[in-house]
Amino acid sequence: MFDAHDTPGLPVAAGVGYKPQHFAAIMEDAGPVEWLEIHAENYMGDGGRPLAQLRHLAERFPISVHGVGLSIGGEKPLDPEHLARLRHLVGWLNPASFSEHLAWSTHDMGFLNDLLPLPYTAKTLARVAEHIDQVQEALGRRMLLENPSNYLAFAETEMSEIEFLSELTRRTGCGLLLDVNNVFVSATNLHMDARAYVDAFPLDAVGEIHLGGHDEDEDDHGAPLLIDSHGAEVADPVWALYAHTIERGGARPTLIEWDNDVPDWPVLAAEATRAAKVLV
Amino acid sequence: MSDFAAALLDPARPAPDGLIGPDGAPTSKRFDVYRNNVTTSLRDALATGFPAVAKLLGEENFNGLATAYLRGEPPSSPLMMHYGAGFPVFLEGIEALKRWPYLADVARLEHALRASYHAADAEPMDPARLGALPPEALNAAAFTFAPAVRLIRSDWPIVSIWAFNMASGGKPAPKPEAALILRAGFDPEPHPLDPASAAAAASLLSGATLGEAVDAGGEDFDIGPLLGLLLSNNAITDLEERP
Repeated sequence: MFDAHDTPGLPVAAGVGYKPQHFAAIMEDAGPVEWLEIHAENYMGDGGRPLAQLRHLAERFPISVHGVGLSIGGEKPLDPEHLARLRHLVGWLNPASFSEHLAWSTHDMGFLNDLLPLPYTAKTLARVAEHIDQVQEALGRRMLLENPSNYLAFAETEMSEIEFLSELTRRTGCGLLLDVNNVFVSATNLHMDARAYVDAFPLDAVGEIHLGGHDEDEDDHGAPLLIDSHGAEVADPVWALYAHTIERGGARPTLIEWDNDVPDWPVLAAEATRAAKVLV
Repeated sequence: MSDFAAALLDPARPAPDGLIGPDGAPTSKRFDVYRNNVTTSLRDALATGFPAVAKLLGEENFNGLATAYLRGEPPSSPLMMHYGAGFPVFLEGIEALKRWPYLADVARLEHALRASYHAADAEPMDPARLGALPPEALNAAAFTFAPAVRLIRSDWPIVSIWAFNMASGGKPAPKPEAALILRAGFDPEPHPLDPASAAAAASLLSGATLGEAVDAGGEDFDIGPLLGLLLSNNAITDLEERP
């Protein structure tokens, strides 16, 4: 189990996923936004504008580093080169938080650039716990693990996602990142009760909340199939689920994720304002 | 996981066994969400990295070729900024593209621009150091270049074709052109070089002296403009006087 040092952590306020086109607007007046999240992999180049902008932003805002490429849920050992890159980034930036996903993205043929699902079994639990231990050791800090958006289930699954995540926090000391949109998407897709999921979730371990938009599609039988797109405003039922989550577990640093069809700054800032109002 | 991963990149394979929907029945449409995410995200990554090639090919052709490429050559690391290094060679191997022989070199230019964008920052050398050298030492001077400098040589007017398709240049004239990519600040820019200047630039970048680079440029070659271009774009970081 990782012995967590006291880090300042993220402010219990609204943040947004940082997009370079918003740099000038953020530096001029960030409005309700008190912290920023970056995707780790976009800042692993050797230099140039991305790193220069990040240095400027980090002088003004707490930064959350969110990895999308470590493949923590994968069958393969973690890529030591990628872990070293992460260690380098976290080392010089000293971010307020580091998080990754309960998912895999790398296999024999390479990196697949998507967050892929895993069955929840004793075997996968042991492997993921080992990977989290490795990450926390390498980075010298506690990490947060994010719940996935599910489109399907595995016949071999032996335990619920909440049992799986809870056991991971117990074994590794890691925290959790609760993506409320993912909860809504998964619950809709797998015909489960989203509120019951939140109520059963180990909310004490939650260090950050994500909110994002989703798209609507249909499954083989014409039933609604929601796709986690990060390409739209947060949907109303997700806002309601978020308010329920905060009411139950208390206020948490909350991020608006908008990665595709990124809107102008005022639109994104308005979403952050909406989250900030729930937090007070 | 191997079946899952293999089926993501091969549409001819059925969805792997053991995947179920909420009713406990097997589901292929749900697996297709992942299949579609993988293909779309990697295709988008290629479109981001190769905008001029995408424009030259048109959306439909580009999507088809990008999909074929990503299925055979998915990224080898999670750093999408490096993805597509093999795309130029892949394009060269496509029979139907033989009528557009410059396409692969334009792709090389775009990949080099991206590498330049993410290259390490460097402190430029004070040009006065060069001016302070006595004339006889000038020929024996060799340079160190900023990590963002790249040279792509081609038999085709790749800089003009690139600029034309990025809506900033006039119609390309049919002549060989090398692209000397320089990053004065944070934005890399491809500068067109004629074959003599390209030979001299290649010589300098390989570590040769100024005198050797002048020779590489051929008879009556004036290296002044090339040197001016390099200095004014912060491309030279150090100078060494060879014996």
